[in-house]
Amino acid sequence: MNKRHLYILALTLAFSGLGLFVYKSFVLHFPLVPDTSALIWNIEVHATFTAENHPIKVGIYIPRNTPQYAILDENFISPGYGLATTTPEEGNRRAVWSIRKANGKQSLYYRAVIRRMPTDHEPGEPKTSPLKKPTLETPLLEAAQALAKDILSKSADTETFVQALIKRIHNPSPDETISVLLGQNPTLEIKLNTIVEVLKASGLPARVIHGIRIPTIPRSVQWVSWFQVYDNKAWRSFDPLTGTPEISADYVEWWHGNNPFYKSSGIKKLEYSVSIAPNHEEAIQAALLSTKLAIPKLLDFSLFNLPLQTQAVYRILLMVPLGAFLLLVLRNIIGIQTFGTFMPILMALAFRETQLLWGVILFSLIVSLGLVVRFYLEQLKLLLVPRLASLLIVVVGLMAFLSILSYQLGFERGLSVALFPMVIITMTIERMCIVWEERGASESIQQGIGSLLVAVLTYLTMTIPYVEHVLFVFPELLLVLLAGTLLMGRYSGFRLLELHRFKALASS
Amino acid sequence: MFAIAKKLAQAGVLSLNRRNAEYTLWHNPRHLFPLVDDKLTTKSLAQQAGMAVPPLYGVIEIEHQVRELCTILKPYQDFVIKPAQGSGGDGIMVISGRHKERYRKVNGLLITQEDLDHHVSNALSGLYSLGGHPDKVFIEYRVQFDPIFEAISFQGVPDIRIIVFLGVPVMAMVRLPTRMSDGKANLHLGAIGAGINLRTGKTLSGVWQNEIVTEHPDTEHSITDVQVPEWDKILNLAARSYELTGLGYQGVDLVLDKSKGPLLLELNARPGLNIQIANDGGLLKRLQLAEQHAPSLKTVEDRITFSKQHFAPTNEAYA
Repeated sequence: MNKRHLYILALTLAFSGLGLFVYKSFVLHFPLVPDTSALIWNIEVHATFTAENHPIKVGIYIPRNTPQYAILDENFISPGYGLATTTPEEGNRRAVWSIRKANGKQSLYYRAVIRRMPTDHEPGEPKTSPLKKPTLETPLLEAAQALAKDILSKSADTETFVQALIKRIHNPSPDETISVLLGQNPTLEIKLNTIVEVLKASGLPARVIHGIRIPTIPRSVQWVSWFQVYDNKAWRSFDPLTGTPEISADYVEWWHGNNPFYKSSGIKKLEYSVSIAPNHEEAIQAALLSTKLAIPKLLDFSLFNLPLQTQAVYRILLMVPLGAFLLLVLRNIIGIQTFGTFMPILMALAFRETQLLWGVILFSLIVSLGLVVRFYLEQLKLLLVPRLASLLIVVVGLMAFLSILSYQLGFERGLSVALFPMVIITMTIERMCIVWEERGASESIQQGIGSLLVAVLTYLTMTIPYVEHVLFVFPELLLVLLAGTLLMGRYSGFRLLELHRFKALASS
Repeated sequence: MFAIAKKLAQAGVLSLNRRNAEYTLWHNPRHLFPLVDDKLTTKSLAQQAGMAVPPLYGVIEIEHQVRELCTILKPYQDFVIKPAQGSGGDGIMVISGRHKERYRKVNGLLITQEDLDHHVSNALSGLYSLGGHPDKVFIEYRVQFDPIFEAISFQGVPDIRIIVFLGVPVMAMVRLPTRMSDGKANLHLGAIGAGINLRTGKTLSGVWQNEIVTEHPDTEHSITDVQVPEWDKILNLAARSYELTGLGYQGVDLVLDKSKGPLLLELNARPGLNIQIANDGGLLKRLQLAEQHAPSLKTVEDRITFSKQHFAPTNEAYA
């Protein structure tokens, strides 16, 4: 059999893969790059608390439609709880969960899908007095009115008024009126409230806004606050630090006023987190729609037909072939030796969870500690399988110990050591030990570092978001990878490190 | 970098990828591997074919038999313990004598019966075998090496490795143990490999730790131009091992015993490439030449004659 068979096979695979890829990207317009300018986000509020058999009521503010953002979808996950949504104050929405009796740890979720789009939600003239009238008591109210009057006389319109006010408030050496209003060591929150009160004292409806800023990557977010003034028949947002009459479009309003985010009764402590993740699906949804019209069969066999959770798994799994390909290059073209053929890929997958630096530190730590134990076991002259089993037990123990230790020391990252492939680590330790005894320490450590290096390189390749996107949207590219792998299966040239090994022969 | 690659290609250096892709994968059918992967099988095959091998003292196949080890060893002062499927010399233990209840290893260290039993148990459970399969262990005659090598080896037994392609011996070297290699004849452990002129059976220069040497680092005797005794017999054993297994590309390992002459030790279906450094030349052109002429070389003698004619360093046919 000659190589032609292989070439034809590889070519066929590569062409069918590339063909499908070109068709999908140019005819059906599947997006080639991840849509970073996503206009849709998934928001999640996760509240946890411990219930102790009392009636419980938990109320949180939930976002509403604003002129910039529309809520496309929302749902509440709270098994067993009664739920009511109310609008307690003008423009605010509130969800209240209640239950007669509950025990143990409780989890409540609020999830929403929001989209950045101009909506026709234009709130009119504020009706309720808290938005129009100052809520301050007499001495402070007088100070606020005096300050408002002073600034009003030196400003032309609302914008200049607000800017002058902010300048006065943030002045490092405030005058007497300001000092009275702010008190000693004012926080940003107090300053913000004062600004709003002074604005109201001058006759302008104003409110403190609490919201979130959309991050570029999926993560949990903290509340941010700013204020709005009703001016020219619309609420206008102002930056509380600079007074700039616009705030960036990635701020999402959540609720306004001075009330805290949640109110609860019947529980001691409530913990909550707000997280937000961009939803890149829009371009893909459009492409899927056009696929549905063009060739419905293709869609039936698409990864997008799977449940969301399974899709997330395949996003990672599809990176494994790429890792294997890289491994092939590093082993057969470069000539790096590793412990176990696919060990670096499994380590790279584990690094995804631990992050690179911690992954490398934890891996080195466990392997070195494991080696010490393994050398001790050598003294006991155990048979192979019992020895491997005891080593595995020790490795699991070490992992638990490292988790506990790092948690005690406050390194939360150390917890992720639990995700290491322990069997693979056990085998790595065993092989390292054998190589150590038979070929010497330097070769053993060299191969260990080689394995780690390959794992790191594989990890770096497997975590490029762009590559992940392309392989998930165009899984047919696996055929191209397969073609490349097949071709490399017949690569008979030198490995890079062989050039060094046979260097003596090149000089003759 | 490319310059080196080009030079190496010109010198006909065989790379690991090419050895696998074009020689072992092509000429060594996988179903024949068990014949050489298990040294006991090779041994009995060779005995049936009338080829000289070190006499077998005993075999231990299951853990239970380890207790009998003491009894099996009783009649012998010196012997070698080998795992049947060990690779690269791993797990081989050479005992050169006894001292009271203890055994003396070649390096002079004394070990107890318990140590020996543990070693055998480890080997049985597959510690030294490829892929960790359960293994057998056998005990055989310890070769009394020919005095010709005494001056140029340290403690252990030097052995001769010959690459045989389609029955034609294409390259040979002698591996000389050093202090560094702990008396073992493995190049990666620090043994010296010295190329052999296939026509004359005389050694060429040697390689030690990837550098060219002409003296043994421990004994300081010259390792070049040493005549390997009974060279024709050695070539004959090597060439015949092709018929023994049917493997097209194999490494034949032999030893020279003082009284028994050349003995076939083991065969290797994936012989290493260091022999090229020991011979200061590439394998590829020799292999191509042998492949070209192999169909016309009918008998063992034909093949040996061909080999002697073409594969001596003075001959320009492959240079």
